[in-house]
Amino acid sequence: MDFGQFLVQLLTDAGGSLVSAVTAAFVLAAIGLNLHFGYTGLINIGQAGFMLLGAYGFAITVEYSGDFWLGLLVAIVVAIIAALILGLPTLRLRGDYFSIVTIAFAEIIRMIGDSPALQSLTGGPVGIQGFKFQGPFVALSPLPHEGTLSLGPLTAPYTGGDSWWLRIVTWGAVVIIALIALLLVKSPWGRVLRGIREDEDAVRSLGKNVNLVKMQSLIIGAVFGALGGVFYVLSGSVQADGLGRSQTFLIYTCLLLGGAATVFGPILGSLLYFVFTTILTDVVTTYVPHTVMNVTQIPQFVWILVGVGLMLLVIFRPQGILGNKRELNFIG
Amino acid sequence: MTDYPYDRTALRAELATVDELPGSAKPEPILIVDRITRRFGGITAVDVEHLEVQRGAITALIGPNGAGKTTFFNIITGFDSPSAKEARWRFQGETIASASSFKVARAGMVRTFQLTKALSAMTVLDNMLLGSQAQAGERLLRSVFWPSWTGREKQLVEKADELLERFTLHDKREDYAGSLSGGQRKLLEMARALMSDPAMIMLDEPMAGVNPALTQSLLGHIQDLRDRGTTVLFVEHDMHMVQHISDWVVVMAEGKIVAEGRPGSVMKNQAVIDAYLGSHHDQDLGDDAVLEEDFDELAKVEETEREVEEEKLEEYVEAVREAEGEEN
Repeated sequence: MDFGQFLVQLLTDAGGSLVSAVTAAFVLAAIGLNLHFGYTGLINIGQAGFMLLGAYGFAITVEYSGDFWLGLLVAIVVAIIAALILGLPTLRLRGDYFSIVTIAFAEIIRMIGDSPALQSLTGGPVGIQGFKFQGPFVALSPLPHEGTLSLGPLTAPYTGGDSWWLRIVTWGAVVIIALIALLLVKSPWGRVLRGIREDEDAVRSLGKNVNLVKMQSLIIGAVFGALGGVFYVLSGSVQADGLGRSQTFLIYTCLLLGGAATVFGPILGSLLYFVFTTILTDVVTTYVPHTVMNVTQIPQFVWILVGVGLMLLVIFRPQGILGNKRELNFIG
Repeated sequence: MTDYPYDRTALRAELATVDELPGSAKPEPILIVDRITRRFGGITAVDVEHLEVQRGAITALIGPNGAGKTTFFNIITGFDSPSAKEARWRFQGETIASASSFKVARAGMVRTFQLTKALSAMTVLDNMLLGSQAQAGERLLRSVFWPSWTGREKQLVEKADELLERFTLHDKREDYAGSLSGGQRKLLEMARALMSDPAMIMLDEPMAGVNPALTQSLLGHIQDLRDRGTTVLFVEHDMHMVQHISDWVVVMAEGKIVAEGRPGSVMKNQAVIDAYLGSHHDQDLGDDAVLEEDFDELAKVEETEREVEEEKLEEYVEAVREAEGEEN
């Protein structure tokens, strides 16, 4: 392949990852995590657990009822219930305990999904294939149900699978959720959040119900995560291992890259992350001989680089691209 | 601030009629505390039978280190819980026993902390706005409908600006609270507490770690609070401050209230001298110059003690010499 061809391929792939529904799904989860980690100071290490829970709630409901909206509602409700169960005993404790519980929670959801015991519902290790629950969403599409549309170099079906319809809906959801997040964090309620992030007792002494506000933040962030989970699986299948611990750290990387405690940080961070990993994968695939690194090793190698990148980021620019260094107390 | 008509002479005259006894009844108590105990293992840190705090007055809570002042303070502000269930305290006629800290603050009793809790990653103005309890936009459902709270926000900013002006922090309005000096943080914390127009403000060691020049200005602010009708209860070590600004002094030692009285006379109380000199006989009581009246008395006590010690030493030396003499 000559260099010109490679460049076109690279730009096409990068553009594809910019509009992809998967990117949008992680943006949603990152906005939720930003509420927890960036604004409230809750170190939630189980955001992928909320995504997975939302995905299961949605997929199972739609599979049995055939109603997209009911599925969405169930995804939200299960996220709220899980946040309540998680938060009630742990939000009173010091932050560290909360973190430990969130990671345990995410693992429990993943293991239950993986276990053969509930195979009839979750599909066990096989998961729930897309065709079982994507139908009602596809049916809602006003776009043609046949054929593909090319926008520049990007070609995708109008409807079905990784389609323009899905992209429009997911990015539309991102706009709405980001707007809600913007209104929330710029409001007096958001000010209480930032106060809690720094010193709960000070905020209590000023007459604020700290436990209630922390619970509200946990629930809202969890619901955003669950919605991210729903959109993540709409172009694929529900698989417990697809939303495990590494996805939580992926969300953290997106958030820290863009800048925690900023409204647009999670969006910018996720876009950059996916573009960067796409480019990296393309470069390695093209220029590293297959004898050195085979196809299955490439994603693993990219993961390693992402991990190193996250470390460098936290050490040298903990506030990310958009963040305000003086506002972030974890820098000390 | 409050609708309480303030008249300092009348207040002082009223307090002059109060018996100077631990737990004495006040003419117009804003806070009544009953049977508060706090045990840490086998140690009883606080054991207060009864205490009344006069409305509109500056009441100082003093006592040597480890007397249980701060623990007592934490309990009445809801930051700690009493060990025994029969504990009761009434604030403005309302029982607030075993309430959580934020409810105490909402009832109109706002506290500050010994180790200042300015929110350093927020601006001074945001700190102030957080102090208000009248912003409905802090409720989740109202928060996203910004027109429902922006009007109130404007009023609050005006109020915050006034308070910042009064506490000489107005230039720092947009700065992060973390960039303030220790003394400025104390001022900010006090100003922030006033954002909710509390009926009573509780200051935990307001002068701790503040330089002398700023101490004067802090004292002025505390008196100013009282003159505007806010009841003040504060914990302090330094006798000088206490004598200077308080209308009433409550002395704690070993968890109990051992004396109460007007600042001029309470220091002459034997129980107070015992509490301070008995266990911490070499403790600095602050600026001796202001203790002029008591100074001679204290000096006498110290002198007597020294004489006793010297006598004992002499006796001991003599005894040793005698013993040596016998051996030889």
